[in-house]
Amino acid sequence: MTPIGLSPYLTVGAVLFVAGVVCMATKRNAVGILMGVELVLNAANLNFVAFNRFGKLGLDGQMFALFVIVLAAAEAAVALAIVLNFYNNHYTIDVDHGEQLHG
Amino acid sequence: MDLVNLQTDIVFWLVLAWLLPLAAFILELLIGSRFGKYAAVCAIGGIGGSFLCSLMACFLWLQTSVTSESPPESIATHSITEGIASTPDQMPAVNHSGDVYRFATFEEHHSENDVSSHHEAHDSAGHDSGSEHHEAPELLGMAGFERPLYSFATFGESSLGLSVYVDGLTIAMFVMVSFIATLIHVYAVGYMHDELHEFTDPEVVLSDGNPLTRPGRFPRFFTYFSLFTFSMLGLVIAGNIFQVFIFWELVGLCSYLLIGFYFERKTASTAANKAFIVNRVGDFGFLIGLMILWTSFSSFEFTEIFGQLRGPLDTETHRWGEMHYDQEVHGLILQNTETGTAQMDPETQNPRTVSYYLLVAAGLGIFCGCVGKSAQFPLHTWLPDAMEGPTPVSGLVHSATMVAAGVYLVGRFYPVFTPEVLLVIAYIGGITLMMAATIAIVATDIKRVLAYSTISQLGYMMLALGIGGWVAGLFHLLTHAFFKALLFLCSGSVIHATHTNEMPRMGGLRKKMPATFWTMFAGVIAISGLAIPGVLGFAGFYSKDEILANALAFGKVNPQHMILFWLPMIGAAITSFYMFRLLFMTFFGKPRDQHVYDHAHESPPVMWVPLAILAFFSTGAFICWVNPTASAGLDGKVPQILHDALPFVHSNTTVGLSGIQFASSDAVHAVHAQAGTLALIMAVGGAVFAYLFYGAGILNPSELQRQFSPIHRFLQNSWYFDELYDWLFVHPTHRVARWFSGLDRNGIDWLIDHSASFTVMVSRLNGAFDYKIVDGTVNLVAKLVYRLADWLRVIQTGQLRQYVLFIVVSTIGLFMAIIFIASK
Repeated sequence: MTPIGLSPYLTVGAVLFVAGVVCMATKRNAVGILMGVELVLNAANLNFVAFNRFGKLGLDGQMFALFVIVLAAAEAAVALAIVLNFYNNHYTIDVDHGEQLHG
Repeated sequence: MDLVNLQTDIVFWLVLAWLLPLAAFILELLIGSRFGKYAAVCAIGGIGGSFLCSLMACFLWLQTSVTSESPPESIATHSITEGIASTPDQMPAVNHSGDVYRFATFEEHHSENDVSSHHEAHDSAGHDSGSEHHEAPELLGMAGFERPLYSFATFGESSLGLSVYVDGLTIAMFVMVSFIATLIHVYAVGYMHDELHEFTDPEVVLSDGNPLTRPGRFPRFFTYFSLFTFSMLGLVIAGNIFQVFIFWELVGLCSYLLIGFYFERKTASTAANKAFIVNRVGDFGFLIGLMILWTSFSSFEFTEIFGQLRGPLDTETHRWGEMHYDQEVHGLILQNTETGTAQMDPETQNPRTVSYYLLVAAGLGIFCGCVGKSAQFPLHTWLPDAMEGPTPVSGLVHSATMVAAGVYLVGRFYPVFTPEVLLVIAYIGGITLMMAATIAIVATDIKRVLAYSTISQLGYMMLALGIGGWVAGLFHLLTHAFFKALLFLCSGSVIHATHTNEMPRMGGLRKKMPATFWTMFAGVIAISGLAIPGVLGFAGFYSKDEILANALAFGKVNPQHMILFWLPMIGAAITSFYMFRLLFMTFFGKPRDQHVYDHAHESPPVMWVPLAILAFFSTGAFICWVNPTASAGLDGKVPQILHDALPFVHSNTTVGLSGIQFASSDAVHAVHAQAGTLALIMAVGGAVFAYLFYGAGILNPSELQRQFSPIHRFLQNSWYFDELYDWLFVHPTHRVARWFSGLDRNGIDWLIDHSASFTVMVSRLNGAFDYKIVDGTVNLVAKLVYRLADWLRVIQTGQLRQYVLFIVVSTIGLFMAIIFIASK
């Protein structure tokens, strides 16, 4: 078997990223948006690790990936808190109902 | 040198005579009102002292006599001929023409010929046929000389200032003016005594119907009189024409003040204005003449101007030379005043000339001033109205002195007048004399008759000067001063006694006022020119005789101007007529107004003694200083003093550009007897007519008046001159003034009055601008911003997903832009 290069990893990362963005942009469910965020973060992670293996990053890529995982977790917690508050005010988590700040 | 010392002494006495009245004036001005009656003493002291100084100067003048030191005649003529004949060599050949035309070609006149210009130096062979009034070959005085007194300003080489010119004419005028002025001052003490206390003027009626009562103005009268005599003497003594002009204006001012002495009367104040304004019109011409003279000769001094024009004064004959005319440039060659050669222009080597026409213009300009001052046609209208002043004023100012200033100036400035100008002078004199004489025939106011008589006699003098009779004209000036002053003072005496000026209200005053009557009779005979030739002569006879002889000789030489002889001749008849008419109407016949007759009384001695003295001098024997058995008067000392002063003599080849010739004095002598007899016949004829009309009542004057009433009316209104000038000058001026007043009222005042609403209109416009445009711009900006914001508000939907999408799209776009730019 030929060893696979950098590009497949980047491609997968990109696909994941796009999927995450599309999910963020289109989901009406607040939690679904969060899932999208997770996807994006993970795609970024994948990018980091790939470059770590195939580039000149050394251990920096992997370290950064660990940080990203932590931050993603923290951020998910905060975001869930926001969603909870959102639910307390609107009794739904449909983000389309949060349009009070329109102009 | 003895002569110079003598001259300085004479100048000293004359200047003292001139300034004494000024001192009197200043004294009276400062403290006159407190003096009251003694202001007159101050004035009489001033003028009397002036007279004594003039006499002193005259005495000194007569001490020099050329015969005592004169060389024999032949040498005199030789030097003259030599001097003149050598001038052709000294006169340079003109570059552009070799032909220099002269007025008098002296080269062919030698001593043995009958050269009229040097007849003092005649050989006995050259004598004319036994005229015993051929002048003795002696000169009484010295040549005219000039002394500068004070300089106002200097411009390079020329200067402006006061100076003194003394010759026989000056001396004669000084004596005459100061003497007559002294007598009139004394007379005025009596005449003006009404002014010593409060005066009620019957002619001024106030609004409540009462006549005006005012304090008397006795000292003021003498203040004005002193100023006047100072100015007149300053005019006579003047050595440059600018000084003449200064004192000319000053006498005009004094005349204004004196005519308007009773200024509360509207007639008097108007008459004073008229006199001054009409004089001023003449002075306009005078100023033009002055300007031309200054630019041509760069000097106002008489000796300078005459010298530049005619060469230096000949020391033997005391005459100026002839003018030299250059035909190419139509100009007169200016001469160097010392050497008698031509002045040369330093750049081109041509002699400097002054244009002939310019000199004619200058002469006419100066004469224009004389026309105004001496009341000649057409500026004569002020003199009859000037009779509004008190009679001593009329006697001194408007008969003997001020109006004579014009004639004096023509005589003094004689060498500058070209023959054309002289002809103009003669004609104006002739017209004046005839016109005024005709008006005097019908005048009823006694002073008006005398005023027109003065105008007429001044016309005689101008005519005489214009036709070349310099001595005759100025001699008539001197004699006329005496008898006209006498006539005016007599009429003043009559007016004082009868309180009226109108002759139709007088009559038969002979018995009641004998002194006045006899003195007036002497004056009337003098002015009419009556005499018994060979036995008794009155001054007017001699002087008028001389004028007529000159006129006849001139007419014979220029036959086309013979009218200049007939005018004075007929004028003599008319003069005699109206003077005797005056005499008969006033003193003879039955009294026409009984009230006036009853109140008439003889004047006090302070008034009739001057009359007597003047009458004494009106007789020929004493003014001419002549042997009464002589047949004609020029042998007298007084005319001889004038003859000395004759500035130049027209030789019998003097021809003006227009072809006028002047008569030589021998020609004049030849016709003297003829002219004299004719004049006498005319005068006697006039007197006889006057007797027929007014004395004996054989012919009826009112009948004649009725038959010729249009002519009578024409003369009564003095040829409608006042109406003519009214229509010609006064009404158009009023119309123009009214037009300007309308412009001022409607145009300028309208503008000012409407400037307020104009300001409001402008401010409204301003406000509108501010409101609409400025505020509008600001509001527009705000509105635009609002619209923009409104339009942009659409983006903010509140939709989360949309925001996310925007973020994503813009991020992608940003990255693509960066890549795109980085790849460039």
